[in-house]
Amino acid sequence: MAEATASNHESEHQTTTGLNHRKILMWVFLGSDCMFFATLIATYLVYKGKSLSGPMPLDVFSIPVTTVSTFVLLMSSMSMVLAYAALRKGSLKGYRTWILSTVILGSTFLGFQTFEFYEFANHHVHIDCINPVDLTDYEQGLFDKNCKDGVDHYDAQHGLTPKTNLFGTTFFVLTGLHGTHVTIGVIWLMSLFLYSFKKGGVTPERHLDTDLAALYWHFVDVVWIVIFAVVYLFGVFEGFPS
Amino acid sequence: MAMQNINKASDSTKVDTSHSEHPSAVTYFKVAVALCLLTGLEVVVFFFEWLSYGIIPVLAVLSVVKFALVIMFYMHLKYDHRLFSTLFLTGLFLAIGVIFALMALFGWFNAG
Repeated sequence: MAEATASNHESEHQTTTGLNHRKILMWVFLGSDCMFFATLIATYLVYKGKSLSGPMPLDVFSIPVTTVSTFVLLMSSMSMVLAYAALRKGSLKGYRTWILSTVILGSTFLGFQTFEFYEFANHHVHIDCINPVDLTDYEQGLFDKNCKDGVDHYDAQHGLTPKTNLFGTTFFVLTGLHGTHVTIGVIWLMSLFLYSFKKGGVTPERHLDTDLAALYWHFVDVVWIVIFAVVYLFGVFEGFPS
Repeated sequence: MAMQNINKASDSTKVDTSHSEHPSAVTYFKVAVALCLLTGLEVVVFFFEWLSYGIIPVLAVLSVVKFALVIMFYMHLKYDHRLFSTLFLTGLFLAIGVIFALMALFGWFNAG
């Protein structure tokens, strides 16, 4: 009894602000993480169009694939908030279901990112030298250089890695660090899921543990909302320097 | 009287771990639907070539709306203590300032 009381009051110690210090610290961290990602996004933008060689965003980006992965991450935010709501209602079964859904959706997003990175690194260029259609600037350069008399097509691998050009460096650093954040989030949520099987590990009274993980997870989501628009959609917009 | 004041002070310094209100699961679902529709709209707008440079403010507004929906409803800033909003938005506005300052330094806004 005394132990239970102590546990219930564990998160209700007095603070000068009247607010939980762990939650304040999380919001301060998220505010500072905004600046961290801002520097990476700014670096991507200022070096946009400064690459001396390709491939460029127009050559490698696949908007439909990234749209699906964005949808997956948005859905993971919904399942996360439903996990938190289930915990507040005292439904441990609902909590486990939704938090495991979030882990699966987060892992799916990481799968998409791995697929995307692999595709970029192994980007293949095929140009029909006899009837070239819809060539990007980079492909036009390859066409001019390689499609000489008697050549009917050009096939070669022109992969994009962090070492290829400025676009590759800034793109992989930005999205890679976002992926690292997602990975940390998945591990955090998975540990909460496993911890929920321990008696008294996850309880409605101790909802703050899940609240903090949820805040982190939603933050990862909002950062992706910005990356999707700024890096991907603006990236293939022809009015922008590529 | 003195004892009452001490009790009041004690109450006011208790940790507020609860939210004043909480949206229902239906609200969370509605927000998710809105987020998906806005993402779809972003992609559709992207293929409107006649928009030209007008696509920039359109995509910016759509992203800001999505961002706001997540932080207000999913991160509960709409329902939580204002100090949390202040802490986060301070970092966010500094971050936006950093982006524009760097872009200006690198001549992004120079004509031509």
